[in-house]
Amino acid sequence: MPGYSDPGFDTLALHAGAAPDPATGARAVPIHLSTSFVFESSEHAAALFNLERAGHVYSRISNPTNAVLEQRVSALEGGVGAISTASGQAALHLTIATLMGAGSHIVASTALYGGSQNLLHYTLRRFGIDTTFVKPGDIDGWRAAVRPNTKLFFGETVGNPGLDVLDIATVSAIAHEAGVPLLVDSTLTTPWLLKPLEHGADLVYHSATKFLSGHGTVIAGIVVDGGSFDWAASHAASGKFGELAEPYDGFHNMVFTDESTVGAFLLRARREGLRDFGACLSPHSAWLVLQGIETLGLRMARHIDNTAKVVEFLASHPFVARVGHPLLESHPSHALAQKLLPRGAGSVFSFDLKGSRTQGKAFVDALQVFSHLANVGDCRSLVIHPASTTHFRMSDEALAAGGITQGTIRLSIGLEDPADLLEDLKRALRAAEKAGV
Amino acid sequence: MELSVNGSKIFCYTGGKAFDAAKPTAIFIHGVLNDHSVWVLQTRYFAHHGWNVLALDLPGHGKSSGDPPVSVEAAADFVLALMEAAALDKAALIGHSFGALVALETAARAPQRVSQLALVGAAYPMKVSPVLLEASQNDPEKAIALVNTFSHATLAPPPSALGPGTWLYGSSRALMRRVLASNPRVNVFHTGFKACDSYAAGDAAMHKVTAPTLFVLGRQDQMTPPKAAQSLVKAAQRGTVAMVPGGHQMMLEAPEAVLAALRDFLTP
Repeated sequence: MPGYSDPGFDTLALHAGAAPDPATGARAVPIHLSTSFVFESSEHAAALFNLERAGHVYSRISNPTNAVLEQRVSALEGGVGAISTASGQAALHLTIATLMGAGSHIVASTALYGGSQNLLHYTLRRFGIDTTFVKPGDIDGWRAAVRPNTKLFFGETVGNPGLDVLDIATVSAIAHEAGVPLLVDSTLTTPWLLKPLEHGADLVYHSATKFLSGHGTVIAGIVVDGGSFDWAASHAASGKFGELAEPYDGFHNMVFTDESTVGAFLLRARREGLRDFGACLSPHSAWLVLQGIETLGLRMARHIDNTAKVVEFLASHPFVARVGHPLLESHPSHALAQKLLPRGAGSVFSFDLKGSRTQGKAFVDALQVFSHLANVGDCRSLVIHPASTTHFRMSDEALAAGGITQGTIRLSIGLEDPADLLEDLKRALRAAEKAGV
Repeated sequence: MELSVNGSKIFCYTGGKAFDAAKPTAIFIHGVLNDHSVWVLQTRYFAHHGWNVLALDLPGHGKSSGDPPVSVEAAADFVLALMEAAALDKAALIGHSFGALVALETAARAPQRVSQLALVGAAYPMKVSPVLLEASQNDPEKAIALVNTFSHATLAPPPSALGPGTWLYGSSRALMRRVLASNPRVNVFHTGFKACDSYAAGDAAMHKVTAPTLFVLGRQDQMTPPKAAQSLVKAAQRGTVAMVPGGHQMMLEAPEAVLAALRDFLTP
């Protein structure tokens, strides 16, 4: 198949990881709804368990349909491999739990999805993993937050929901100076807009629930290893990554960095994390994500076009106080977005209405094409009020740090006819104005 | 394990089993800008099936110190020195690409010390295009991209070295970048390609080899296509050929077929 040049993005989105099924000739990826896979012999069984031969044993650890998804997302991101998980949150947890235990420390961006903020700020502290939060643009802050027990830097490509763009090259350089990897949540941008591994990130994960699947049908996650971080060298210098660079008696005393020079993280994450935590993805869900990825390039282009029209409309509307999209020169990440995200900074953004909380509610309730729900990255346009839903556990102070006010409205722009979206917004803005009279 | 060879520390992956002097030994030699990890599946298998495995990182590559060999002949001297360091009278040699030439030259220099010779993705002569030679020195990232494209034959590889979900284009590229970065003093990419390109003793070496010789050739190999191995095949005294469905990185693209070929060939 490959010839003189690497296959392009859309070709990979359709073909990476998938060949016609050798048994049936099926061209689409079959859904292998089988918990287990027959061994050829007792010797084959032993060899599979001992990683002498590669293959599928049990679908919590790996599955042929999921493997296609893993290869495909790796191909699109430029990674060495991937692990699909039950959700984006499961991908984040798997990554952290593979790299560290109690007594470890993370430096993370303040501009995070509410669920990620919960995990780091509340839940992981209960397990002895502490996090220092830093504004994504506070470069000195990232450096100052490093402690001797820091094991990971973590941010979102465009922070939720203010769309602060993460300066991946700069932040990863600071992480690498500190001898730790940078993990990036790339859910809102997808590899069509930005490939974090090319800019210095070491690990990338997605809530595949969003743009990768693209149709609001499935909960899924995936983490990709860029193969760039030298765990063995960092461990030799700091002793931080014994999980990967020391013998693991939970799996044949394997030293994962000896087994694989560039895939040690994936080996441990699959052999320990999927095995023991078990947050695996259903093959049916994997197939739905694959179905979505096949049209990722087409969909993202339309998401971005529609978003540009909506941003322009809202930015010039008299009842709108602020539109938080890096397309606008007023956005603090405008220049960085031009550089890192030349195709666009995504189709999820927030804006502030002029008016009261009651008027904000009236706006949401008057929308007819936009659906009021807790998701983003659907092919349908979505709306939500973060302060009362996704971010409701956060204090006003923490909300402000993430760029959210009580009147902030978050939109996820879908694939509808743009004229219908503008008409819907126009009608709802009129209703909101009237609600204030 | 680590061996001291000519004053350098040489890393040898042993396949998850400790070295046991009572067992026969198979030495696995990687190609240009690779390391021991390209053999991980095959080496784990043999380590658990009656063999000592020494999958080395060549000097100046990966976890091994020292100067990278500047020629196939120098690399063969190194392999013989490594056998001395490990107190091995005899070993099976398995080499890939440049490593296949090294294994061949080693077997020619000490025919009585090589029990079996397996040449995976071998060609002779192993000429490297001037464009690639130049790029390996002046624009390694471009050369890595070229080599990576030519070294893989499928967008849908089977479960491989990292298990299911491995993307071989990405893992091979990451490995090449890592091995290049592992030596800040010498460009091991250019050094390795020059050694391949300048090796002129292949047919003569093959004539001297007395051990059974297996050629494992990838049907879709664009780097060392099967026809480029034919002069060696003809010159081999005891040669057999196993064709496998894969490109140049066949240990990773067709791990089961490569294992089957080696398993049938390597009997202690």
